Amino acid sequence: MPRELALRDALNEAMSEEMRRDESVFIMGEEVAEYNGAYKVTKGMLDEFGPKRVIDTPIAELGFAGIGVGAAMNGLRPIVEFMTWNFAVLAFDQIVNNAAKTLSQSAGQFSCPIVFRGPSGAAGQLAQQHSQTFESWMANVPGLKVISCIDPADSKGLLKSAIRDNDPICMMESEIMYGHKGLVPDGEYLVPIGKAATRKEGTDVTIVSFNKQVLTCLDAVPELEKEGINAEIIDLRTIRPLDHHAIVASVKKTNRLVVVDESWPFAGVSAEIAYEIQKYAFDHLDAPVTRVNSADTSLPYAPTLVDEYMPNVEKIVRACKEVLYMKA
Amino acid sequence: MATATKKKTTTRKKVSYSREQHIEWYTLMLRIRKFEEMALRMYGQQKVRGFCHVYIGQEAIAAGMESAIRKDDAIVTAYRQHGTAIGRGVPSDKAMAELFGKATGIVKGKGGSMHFFDNTNKYFGGNGIVGAQIPIGTGIAFAEQYRGTDNLCVTMFGDGAARQGALHESFNMAMTWKLPVLYICENNGYAMGTSVKRTSNIIDLAKLGASYEMPSESVDGMDPAAVHEAVTRAATHIRAGKGPYYLEIKTYRYKGHSVSDPAKYRTKEEVQQYKDRDPVKIAEMKLLKDKILSEDELKVIKAEVKAEIDQAVQFAEASPYPDPSELYTDNYLQEDYPFIRD
Repeated sequence: MPRELALRDALNEAMSEEMRRDESVFIMGEEVAEYNGAYKVTKGMLDEFGPKRVIDTPIAELGFAGIGVGAAMNGLRPIVEFMTWNFAVLAFDQIVNNAAKTLSQSAGQFSCPIVFRGPSGAAGQLAQQHSQTFESWMANVPGLKVISCIDPADSKGLLKSAIRDNDPICMMESEIMYGHKGLVPDGEYLVPIGKAATRKEGTDVTIVSFNKQVLTCLDAVPELEKEGINAEIIDLRTIRPLDHHAIVASVKKTNRLVVVDESWPFAGVSAEIAYEIQKYAFDHLDAPVTRVNSADTSLPYAPTLVDEYMPNVEKIVRACKEVLYMKA
Repeated sequence: MATATKKKTTTRKKVSYSREQHIEWYTLMLRIRKFEEMALRMYGQQKVRGFCHVYIGQEAIAAGMESAIRKDDAIVTAYRQHGTAIGRGVPSDKAMAELFGKATGIVKGKGGSMHFFDNTNKYFGGNGIVGAQIPIGTGIAFAEQYRGTDNLCVTMFGDGAARQGALHESFNMAMTWKLPVLYICENNGYAMGTSVKRTSNIIDLAKLGASYEMPSESVDGMDPAAVHEAVTRAATHIRAGKGPYYLEIKTYRYKGHSVSDPAKYRTKEEVQQYKDRDPVKIAEMKLLKDKILSEDELKVIKAEVKAEIDQAVQFAEASPYPDPSELYTDNYLQEDYPFIRD
């Protein structure tokens, strides 16, 4: 029987199951052990696995990310938790210059099977430095794989796949979605990296999104239906490699595409998808691809400014009407 | 810049070494010296491209370190790494072929001068980002501790890297967790063109260990025996489970930072002071003076080394470049990774 689980508990199950299965898996990060996780994702893991495998680090993102890389090169399978990907910026040297390149520069002699995970994206009034979306940054780098998902069942299966994967993986979660609940299957299962999921079938327009904005898209469904629009909603789940087959197949059906991407617009995931679609589904498009991003600004603190900045139902409905040539 | 004094910061007992040990040190240092001289010649002929940082002057560190550690210990270092790699066991022909960018190179022509790797010898590479290998070496040591071995990881870096935050983050965690890591700062006095004293209030970089209560020593890096003894002390400490150890090994590079650097920031007098202490020349004189080798025996070693390096060049010359299809290998272990190829 599937159980209703919060995202944090689904992620906890994924890590705990893999740590039971494989002695070489361990987790390190700030507050992961004695505090039970800044967002309680690692709750109870210290008790079960002990301090050898559930390791509190000092606040030294560059250092502990690098220790993870070295441990992975030397045969272990680290999970490195960042309290937020905003702090992981300090560790980008290790992720981009080492984890991503170890296999290439050693010509396959050393690999780096490591999972870097933590929340990405805005989480309310956290202001400029705590609100950024990093999927497109990491997905730009060959050698890395990037997962971004908040569906509890899928996130569990994806994280288990990530821990078993032999390539370095960046997993993007969401602070405000750790309590988000969903039905999670019992027993052992994996969700493949690199495959999108259709969250709602539809015929009039394809909406592609990922992470928590998928929920905003689903929230827009009743409004869209009021306008007589039957949207198909695709959750990318993985950003790199991008499942462009799923997007192309959907666009060939609906002939219209809206990308809802919390990243900034410039050179982001939405730009990549728009390129892919003009290249591989040009003759199937009945309208230019449109996107809903966060504003091309830093995110300030005041609630009115947060609302103005973020994708929302209204912006999604407007974008869908635009590609359907309906009056706003 | 520190002057080339013979002052030792650690009192050394007079230790005598076997004939074989002296010959081994000399031979390795000569092999590195001749490899590097050839690398520079080949660079001049544009056979070697990219960045190329040679180890000439620093050979005694590789020699003294290798004789004091085990083959199942790991090493990671920075981009001035040909000598370290050869000391570790990377064959000179594969090393030279790598400099040439050939498919027979130690990393199939994919790494070049800065990135040799050799998993059969636990050589975790030349790292091109200053100081980035310090946390990596700490993590390699972490894995050894995790598996319960008594292996250590020698984590090498230059005086420039000692300025990176990565060093301090690593020192702190390594001491907190008592990781089996031997940090070696190869202090050649210059971070590219910038002397230690221009970027640091602390000239004796061994002092950097103090605020972490890490056992630390300054070592004469022009003498393989001094390096050997210090590394032996450090390794004994580390293998006893007492945690990391830090050696600042004072050395000198006779050439510029890289091939393109004429090193005008140093005085002739300073360079000469260190050339007077050339570890290869001193070792050669000692072999003769102590009658460890005859002139003829020395000639045989020199001829063998010359033949090895000449053969390495021939091997590199004769080898093919990697096939263009190799571009898409070794990026992911996933065999069917869907690269964007439009």
